Amino acid sequence: MQSLMLGAATGGVNGGDILFQLLAFIILMLLLRKYAWGPLMGIMKERQNFITNEIEAAEASRKEAEEHLATQIQELKQAREEARAIIENAKKQGEAQGEAIIQASREEAERVKESALADIASEREKAVATLRKEVASLSVMIASKVIAKELDERSQEKLIQDYLQEAGEAR
Amino acid sequence: MEHEAPIHTFMGLQFNLSNVLMITVSSLIVFLIAVLATRALSMRPGGMQNFLEWVVDFVKGIINSTMDWHTGGRFLTLGLTLLMYIFVSNMLGLPFAVAFDHELWWKSPTADPTITLTLAVMVVVLSHYYGVRLKGAKAYGAEFFKPFKLFFPLKLIEEFANTLTLGLRLYGNIYAGEILLGLLVGLAHKGIFAGILGIFPLIVWQGFSVFVGAIQAFIFTMLTMVYLAHKVADDH
Repeated sequence: MQSLMLGAATGGVNGGDILFQLLAFIILMLLLRKYAWGPLMGIMKERQNFITNEIEAAEASRKEAEEHLATQIQELKQAREEARAIIENAKKQGEAQGEAIIQASREEAERVKESALADIASEREKAVATLRKEVASLSVMIASKVIAKELDERSQEKLIQDYLQEAGEAR
Repeated sequence: MEHEAPIHTFMGLQFNLSNVLMITVSSLIVFLIAVLATRALSMRPGGMQNFLEWVVDFVKGIINSTMDWHTGGRFLTLGLTLLMYIFVSNMLGLPFAVAFDHELWWKSPTADPTITLTLAVMVVVLSHYYGVRLKGAKAYGAEFFKPFKLFFPLKLIEEFANTLTLGLRLYGNIYAGEILLGLLVGLAHKGIFAGILGIFPLIVWQGFSVFVGAIQAFIFTMLTMVYLAHKVADDH
């Protein structure tokens, strides 16, 4: 019954057990520290550092990517503005050119018209001059004919009229 | 149930050879588990390494819940070894008990008050040692007279009570579990019918004993850290 009450420790104190348990535990602890816990904690620490580094690296690359993105957006905006400016310029230039062409053609037309008018005028001038010369020679001719032929007043008149008619039709 | 202990006297000290055997077996098993699990360490843990890392994190959690890591970090090895050693010791007595020549040889070493009290005294002595080392003898001594001088006898009793309860709680739980297992197995001697009927409560009680063994290992480690924290922490 005593063994039931106190377990295996029947009577007295087992000094040897105490000593053995203490020694065994301390030895176990030291051995485990050297062969198990030490390496295990080492690798856990290493992993922790690794993860920390990875997170930092990820953070850095994210920041870098963000910067890149910002510059990209900036550049895109710039390019878009440039494109718009170029288009605007081209439009303006085109308009100006068109305006110039229209202006030039209008001037050209004016000039052509002017010269045509001048031509017409000079032609008329010339025609008048020619007519005048013709009339003069005709007059001379008529006069010589009148002189050559002695005609009465009436036939003379008629003759002049005829000649004049002739001259007018010939013209 | 009338097992005797194989006690032998050697160099004036009484050795219970059963305890000596079981302490050695427990230590060997713990050592083998821990060392085999940490042979092939890798950054991506698998299998046993994963399990052991979980144990380490578990003990870290216990320590962190009682004191800050700056002072508590040094007790991690102690806590890990205590937890695993006590757990393995508690489990050893569950599957069978070996008696030879009416002497009980195979049992849980923690089913012996000598063993559990040894561990408890070791923990309490460690707590006093670290109390003096980390806080200085003066601050350590002053703790006994707080909140005022009248508390000194109570504080003194508290130390002994802590030691006794820490050791006897573990012993009582494990020993009671083994006694009941023994009684249930003993039913088989009363007749085949009783033996068959006894199997069912035996299975249930073994399952419960696994639970109790794990819980007791956890409680012992937890209280160890609480006592250590009580002695080394400044905020008391």
